[in-house]
Amino acid sequence: MKITSAQELNELKNVEYKKALIDLLYQLADDDFIISYRGSEWLGLVPHIEEDVAYSSITQNTMGHAAIYYQLLEDLGEGKADDIAHGRANTSDWKNAILLEEVNGPGNWLYQDPKYDWAFTVVRNYFYEVMKKIKIDSLKNSSYEPLAQVAIKVRSEALYHLMHWRTWFNQLVCAEGEARRRMKEAIDKAWKDVAGLYSLGPNRDAIAKAGLIESEEVLKERFIAAIKEAFEKLPLEFPGEPGMERGDGRAGVHTPDLKDAIDTLSEVYRLNPAVPW
Amino acid sequence: MTISLLEEKVVKQLETVFDPEIDTVNIVDLGMVGDISVSNNTVTVNLLPTFLGCPALGIIKDNVIKALNAISEIENVEVNYVNNPPWTSDRITEKGREGLKQFGIAPPPVQLESDGSWQVDCPYCGSPYNTLENIFGPSACRSILYCKDCKNPFEAMKPISTL
Repeated sequence: MKITSAQELNELKNVEYKKALIDLLYQLADDDFIISYRGSEWLGLVPHIEEDVAYSSITQNTMGHAAIYYQLLEDLGEGKADDIAHGRANTSDWKNAILLEEVNGPGNWLYQDPKYDWAFTVVRNYFYEVMKKIKIDSLKNSSYEPLAQVAIKVRSEALYHLMHWRTWFNQLVCAEGEARRRMKEAIDKAWKDVAGLYSLGPNRDAIAKAGLIESEEVLKERFIAAIKEAFEKLPLEFPGEPGMERGDGRAGVHTPDLKDAIDTLSEVYRLNPAVPW
Repeated sequence: MTISLLEEKVVKQLETVFDPEIDTVNIVDLGMVGDISVSNNTVTVNLLPTFLGCPALGIIKDNVIKALNAISEIENVEVNYVNNPPWTSDRITEKGREGLKQFGIAPPPVQLESDGSWQVDCPYCGSPYNTLENIFGPSACRSILYCKDCKNPFEAMKPISTL
């Protein structure tokens, strides 16, 4: 079954399918949204000026990806894209993976003594982009064609992001001393929540059955294979079964870090919802 | 006036809309214009976003609406961004490539090598002897390079394909 537009889906009155689609779109949108928010907090603080150009460009692209998923939700009657992004004050309405909401480190941008962790940032972004490519490759064959079309577009941009973070990851892991030590610590830390990236949440079966994306087992298998292959070429051992220690963000389980992020990023919206973002 | 004449007028007007950051290339030559349909007094134009997060998209849309409203026979203008077909850098026309060079931006490589690598020529001296300083640049669509021959830093349009 292929569904070519929001209009066609609404006419079909296939409640199960629509529910699964909306759930998946929130997962995709919120992942991109919150990781690009964390990226924006690095502006002016990254290790060198070329990285500032690169990371802010990646962050801008990724925010664009979130926006297009929110637009697909708007088309399905979930409300205005801006309201969806900024108007959900209750964290249980958010579907992003917990790994992505975690603060970059202690302190706050810009004058509150930010001591952000670059190693954790590199590791988190690298794992995220590896997973994102696997998902996008699967979404290219989604039964919901507007989503498949977006996936093709997103993929052409995201390949450069993966290349960027892979370069940082490999170079820091292969370095000596503090860089390597901190990378290993960051890998161990991220691995405890990394399974949240491929989780499809409580509606996983309905999402796969609707042909929106391949099953969680397949996504997991591909993620593990990709990381194993990468780690074999590096002085790194595969860390074993990926964890989801702090819970599944797809089920609305989150940490106080998400609440703080939403309060900050939606501050202008709450003052005046008519302000464009 | 016949539809086809009106369509011609529409394209002519679209050719007056430029990328707000590159004033030597219009959106038609940039490959951003998809389907155009004209019926009665309404024109619908589909635009292809170059990059999904490009902040110029809103400005370009507003400028398209303004340009088309200037056609006296047209009463309603509808402009949509669509993702199908996806914009790719090979949609840039020969004239568009020349316009980029005039601005000091190397056009994207026409063809990627089989291993995915690519080569661009310096927009100032034409030399292929240059290095990639940063695949990301001052806007989503550009990279930063340095010419080893004429010693100029320059920018290049990033190759974007769906392969």
